[in-house]
Amino acid sequence: MAVVRFNEVDVIFGPNPSDATEMLDSGAGRDEIFNKTQNLVAVHNASLQVEEGQICVLMGLSGSGKSSLLRCANGLNKVTRGQVIVRHDDEDIDVASCDWQTLHQLRTERISMVFQQFALMPWRTVRDNVGFGLELDGVPKEKLGRIVDEKLALVRLSEWAHKYPKELSGGMQQRVGLARALATDAGILLMDEPFSALDPLIREHLQDELIQLQDELKKTIIFVSHDLDEALKLGSLIAIMDAGKIVQVGTPEEIVSDPANDYVRRFVASMNPLKVLNCASLMRPVSQLQTVNGNTDRALDMDKKFICSLDDKGRPDKITHAGTDVSLIPFEDDLDLESLPHNVLVSADLETPMRAAVEINYVFGLPMPVIDKIGRLIGVVGTEEIFSGILGDA
Amino acid sequence: MSLTPEFLTEKIPIGKWVKIFVEYLTDNFDEQFRFFSNILEWIIHNTIYLLGLIDPIVLILFLCGLSYFLHRNWKMVIGVGLGLILILNLGYWEQTIETVALVLFSTVVSVVIGIPLGIMAAHRRWLFTLMRPILDLMQTIPTFVYLIPTLMLFGLGMVPGLISTVIFAIPAPIRLTYLGITSVPKQLVDAGKAFGASKMQLLWKVELPHALPTIMAGLTQCIMLSLSMVVIAALVGADGLGKPVIRALNSVNIAQGFEAGLAIVIVAIVLDRLLKQPDVRKTGTGG
Ligand SMILES: Nc1ncnc2c1ncn2[C@@H]1O[C@H](COP(=O)(O)OP(=O)(O)OP(=O)(O)O)[C@@H](O)[C@H]1O
Ligand SMILES: [Mg+2]
Repeated sequence: MAVVRFNEVDVIFGPNPSDATEMLDSGAGRDEIFNKTQNLVAVHNASLQVEEGQICVLMGLSGSGKSSLLRCANGLNKVTRGQVIVRHDDEDIDVASCDWQTLHQLRTERISMVFQQFALMPWRTVRDNVGFGLELDGVPKEKLGRIVDEKLALVRLSEWAHKYPKELSGGMQQRVGLARALATDAGILLMDEPFSALDPLIREHLQDELIQLQDELKKTIIFVSHDLDEALKLGSLIAIMDAGKIVQVGTPEEIVSDPANDYVRRFVASMNPLKVLNCASLMRPVSQLQTVNGNTDRALDMDKKFICSLDDKGRPDKITHAGTDVSLIPFEDDLDLESLPHNVLVSADLETPMRAAVEINYVFGLPMPVIDKIGRLIGVVGTEEIFSGILGDA
Repeated sequence: MSLTPEFLTEKIPIGKWVKIFVEYLTDNFDEQFRFFSNILEWIIHNTIYLLGLIDPIVLILFLCGLSYFLHRNWKMVIGVGLGLILILNLGYWEQTIETVALVLFSTVVSVVIGIPLGIMAAHRRWLFTLMRPILDLMQTIPTFVYLIPTLMLFGLGMVPGLISTVIFAIPAPIRLTYLGITSVPKQLVDAGKAFGASKMQLLWKVELPHALPTIMAGLTQCIMLSLSMVVIAALVGADGLGKPVIRALNSVNIAQGFEAGLAIVIVAIVLDRLLKQPDVRKTGTGG
């Protein structure tokens, strides 16, 4: 069941949005509408469903309407047309049309937000900033204090509780922003480019922290980013926006392996494959491997040096290299590559990151069989697969 | 032969209209105005009376203590003390109390009316568009001009002085409150809304705290502007340091004029120092 559903949402800024909707329906473009009516179509016909526990990343260039769409989810932007359905207490609430009371309830209990420029109140201490949402909701002082301490500990800022935001570094300020958003125990978290204002190193660090927190907290997160690396790292679902429209929605793998148009392709081309690809997206599937000895055995490399026979379930039975037997060792993070014996191949699973595959290929120059959870051979990652991964045509 | 067509030289009776309006007010609401005036006069005089009961030295010590409490600066405390003792020595203590009371009241009135007006204007663009020319008028029209109608409506005394002072000083808190509220960063307002703030909560928990320094600057300005009206207020019969100045002017008394003027300057400096925003670099928690 989707927690947030955007149904054919239009967001139009300007003096007379209804003019613009008419023109949109008759097929006019964004620029034409702006020139004729001074109305700006920020989002057009966007539909998207975000499931419980998902991190959905809205991606796109500056001005593509990401923030405009995101801000519809808690009513910061008016929805010109369409619905934004938020599931709350087993009820579907349309943010676009609900009354103030309901919206207020959603904002205090269900949805919270993290901002790009942190948006902390400079006259409040870290502690009072974290308690801001609870205070607005009239939570009694003692309970408020308890929750605030707990959230501060969660983002590891307990020692900074009595400082003012300007005394903290950017990364710490955004952790305060995150704690403030977590304090209301809202199940839905809106994050509008929360890490964009930070240095690259801090940014990666906070991304990792967010992933860790998410493992524990299982929030439903809608995250805006203009950086595909970030989107692929965090997102379980990615929606790519261009000029107000959603041009592709998919899992990170789908976006990378099957970009819907040139706009998406350009994003994909500029990503850092080491950070996002894994063996599942790199590998040459077993069906495309060359067969030897009739139909039973597979060659793991182009030169047919490594031959693998499969049992009837598809599991590797016996691997040979120039007549000698070779055994498989599954890849692990702390595997000591230098001390491995000669007659082994390191095998990967679907989630093994590209970085590991490259490292192993660099040390051994050998193909890496990919084995799934039940032990079947499902593909191979060799030098060629790695190169085509880097070139972006994997 | 003049090129100006006749209908242009035919005078528009603006002055007459204003006169008719004021006369209409005095004819029909005289009692109400007098009643209002009497109450205010009574309050102000009693305040002055009560302040006068306190021994000057006690008051001076209190103000020195206050300035130390606010600014932790011994030099300032000594300056404040010496200045006030000089006023006492010159024999203008009573008038100083009257002036301070007038300033106090006009500031309270200006702030009580001005801050809400500033807030309302900040939330409603049309209201500010409407208020702006009126504020400009209030600040630029020579004060003598509106002394006449206030005199007619409220009679001689403290009250017309107070009203004139308020007219002159109130634009400061209105404008600076407006400025403070409109300059709240959009993202802070968004943050407030995103966490469910109502309009009132937004005002009290986001807008006012952010605008507070600006509003305080408006308050300080308002006080100084009120003080600058003492001499003019004396013209319509308000007691205070303005009176000896006017008297000195009428009798060409250089000595008295200078002494009373000096007392006004001292009051101005003392108020300015007391009200100065504490230096952020000294009191801030950074370092
Ligand atoms: N409140 C507003 N009033 C008028 N126009 C707006 C408003 N908010 C956004 N816009 C316009 O809508 C368009 C989409 O803006 P939006 O902020 O959604 O883009 P974005 O994808 O978030 O870009 P960025 O990466 O720069 O944040 C832009 O052209 C912007 O100028
Ligand atoms: Mg944005």
